[in-house]
Amino acid sequence: MAKTKGPKKFGLLAEYDTPGAIFKACEKVRDAGYRRWDSFTPFPVHNLDKAMGIKPSVLPWIVFACGMTGAACGMLLQWYTSTIVYPIVIAGKPLFSAQANVPVTFEVGILFASFGAVFGMLGLNKLPAFHHPLFKVPRFSRATDDRFFIAIEAIDPRYDLEKTKKLLEDTGAVKVEEVEE
Amino acid sequence: MATKAIKERDPLDPVRGRKLLVEGGPSFHEVTEQVCVPVEDPPLAWWLAFIPSLALLGVFGLAVTWLLWFGVGIWGLNNPVDWGWAIVNFVFWVGIGHAGTLISAILFLFRQQWRTAVNRSAEAMTIFAVICALQFPTLHTGRPWAIYWSLPIPNQMGMWPNFRSPLLWDVFAVATYFTVSLLFWYVGLIPDLATMRDRATTKIRRLAYGIFALGWRGSTRHWQHYEKAYLLLAGLATPLVLSVHTIVSFDFAVSQLPGWHTTIFPPYFVAGAIFSGFAMVLTLLIPIRKWYGLEHIITIKHLENMAKIILLTGSLVGYAYGMEFFIAWYSGNPYESFAFVNRAFGPYAWAYWIMISCNVISPQLVWFKKVRRSPVALFILSIFVNIGMWFERFVITVTSLHRDFLPSSWDYYQPTIWDLAMLVGSFGLFFTLFCLFLRYLPMIAIAEVKTVMPEADPHHGDDH
Repeated sequence: MAKTKGPKKFGLLAEYDTPGAIFKACEKVRDAGYRRWDSFTPFPVHNLDKAMGIKPSVLPWIVFACGMTGAACGMLLQWYTSTIVYPIVIAGKPLFSAQANVPVTFEVGILFASFGAVFGMLGLNKLPAFHHPLFKVPRFSRATDDRFFIAIEAIDPRYDLEKTKKLLEDTGAVKVEEVEE
Repeated sequence: MATKAIKERDPLDPVRGRKLLVEGGPSFHEVTEQVCVPVEDPPLAWWLAFIPSLALLGVFGLAVTWLLWFGVGIWGLNNPVDWGWAIVNFVFWVGIGHAGTLISAILFLFRQQWRTAVNRSAEAMTIFAVICALQFPTLHTGRPWAIYWSLPIPNQMGMWPNFRSPLLWDVFAVATYFTVSLLFWYVGLIPDLATMRDRATTKIRRLAYGIFALGWRGSTRHWQHYEKAYLLLAGLATPLVLSVHTIVSFDFAVSQLPGWHTTIFPPYFVAGAIFSGFAMVLTLLIPIRKWYGLEHIITIKHLENMAKIILLTGSLVGYAYGMEFFIAWYSGNPYESFAFVNRAFGPYAWAYWIMISCNVISPQLVWFKKVRRSPVALFILSIFVNIGMWFERFVITVTSLHRDFLPSSWDYYQPTIWDLAMLVGSFGLFFTLFCLFLRYLPMIAIAEVKTVMPEADPHHGDDH
């Protein structure tokens, strides 16, 4: 990439005013073969991830693993404490039985799976992340209100200031601007 | 006549032909404004609600201080009735907590899009109701500073909790429920906190919302994982919410007492919980939608839908009352028959008939369209249901206990002023927390409401 003068560039930011506009724009950017790019919307636009060509989330596997771990831990905890370290006969009940230990096993399984869902989601999204170059763009604050954005990063191999700008303008963007790192 | 009929009909979505969930056709920006402005600049009514709530919280503080000073002897507990208002209030508050998760999880799985207008406040209500519920068993232990003994924490005494006890299942169920509800609520809040951050006009506000928004920027790559996480949490919370009140009912059903030892308890408790929870949602939202000017987002149709759920669950509860009586007779068990006849015609008959009139008779009014589309009527109905469901737990707890197997132990249970102060005070805790929620957080899920507006469909306006 040719060296440019001035501060390092993050890439180009294009603004759209409707979900329909950004949907069609995302399909075009995807078809142009870009990889390091993203779109930003105030609410999840239905099927926009498919229009961008993003692979399905792996989160369900994380949640499943966490849930199974939780259930196993819950069962083991009950078995270990009530038969090995603290065996006390109460009301003539057996020290360990599957029936009496279902509720706690279930609850601990749900608890771990929920932690997996929330922290797995944050981990996959690399959040919390309090710094991002786009936060410096005043217009971008409307991404959480009523505007829709596409950002193509300068590190994308296909990135070319003029050509990429032209592509974004052709998708019907309201405004396209270059963003500094 | 014909014009009047058209007028009363709800405005319809032109594409799907269904009821418009947000009335008046506001833009996305207007929705943000309408939800956020009352948070940034609260209406006078907020203070009118907050100050009395704080006063009631003071009553709670006083009652707890007195309780800790003197012990549970200040309550009206006596020898057969050793589970008094503490357990009644616990079950009452946990039950109220169930509507939040029903709205946020079960209605989400059933794709009931109207939930988006009410889920945030209902989830907040859930969390605060569970906080209130947890006060009672904790304080009833008499030594609340040792409550951690109920958790499996390795300790110098070498003691472990008894995992065969339903009371311990309750510890796990309610603690898990509280944690998962909090996580679910917070995950839903993240995009809206980012909206609040980006609108902030002061540095402190920007920083405070910014920290909790975790740097959310609305990225589609993030939304994808986010929506998956939300769906999975809904899938996890659905069996959880059903399990929690099931396990609460085990506190009674697993014991050997006539009137408690019945297999109908789990489904009957779950239906009752949802019934009381929706009543509390109506109690809270009917005034708030007016004070906050949100009548076009929480519409009459939303109230009507909730009223229908109250009718359904109220009828289920009525069926359970009838079935309990039938089984008491059909089982041929004299103790069981006595317990139920005593419930309806014994010393606590007054409480039983309050319960029947509030829970079984009053919701039947919802069959009338006039009633279910009238906010005032629904507000009054919701108060009746709240009262009735409190009495249900009172009847279950006290009538089975006050007639022991040994007639010489029989006694009549009466609460003291401190029992009353605890109950009234717990409403102070609940309403104070709810007011603080209204003051600092958007009470409508802004991002979710936008998704159910017709303009949110990327193919909106296309000719197919």
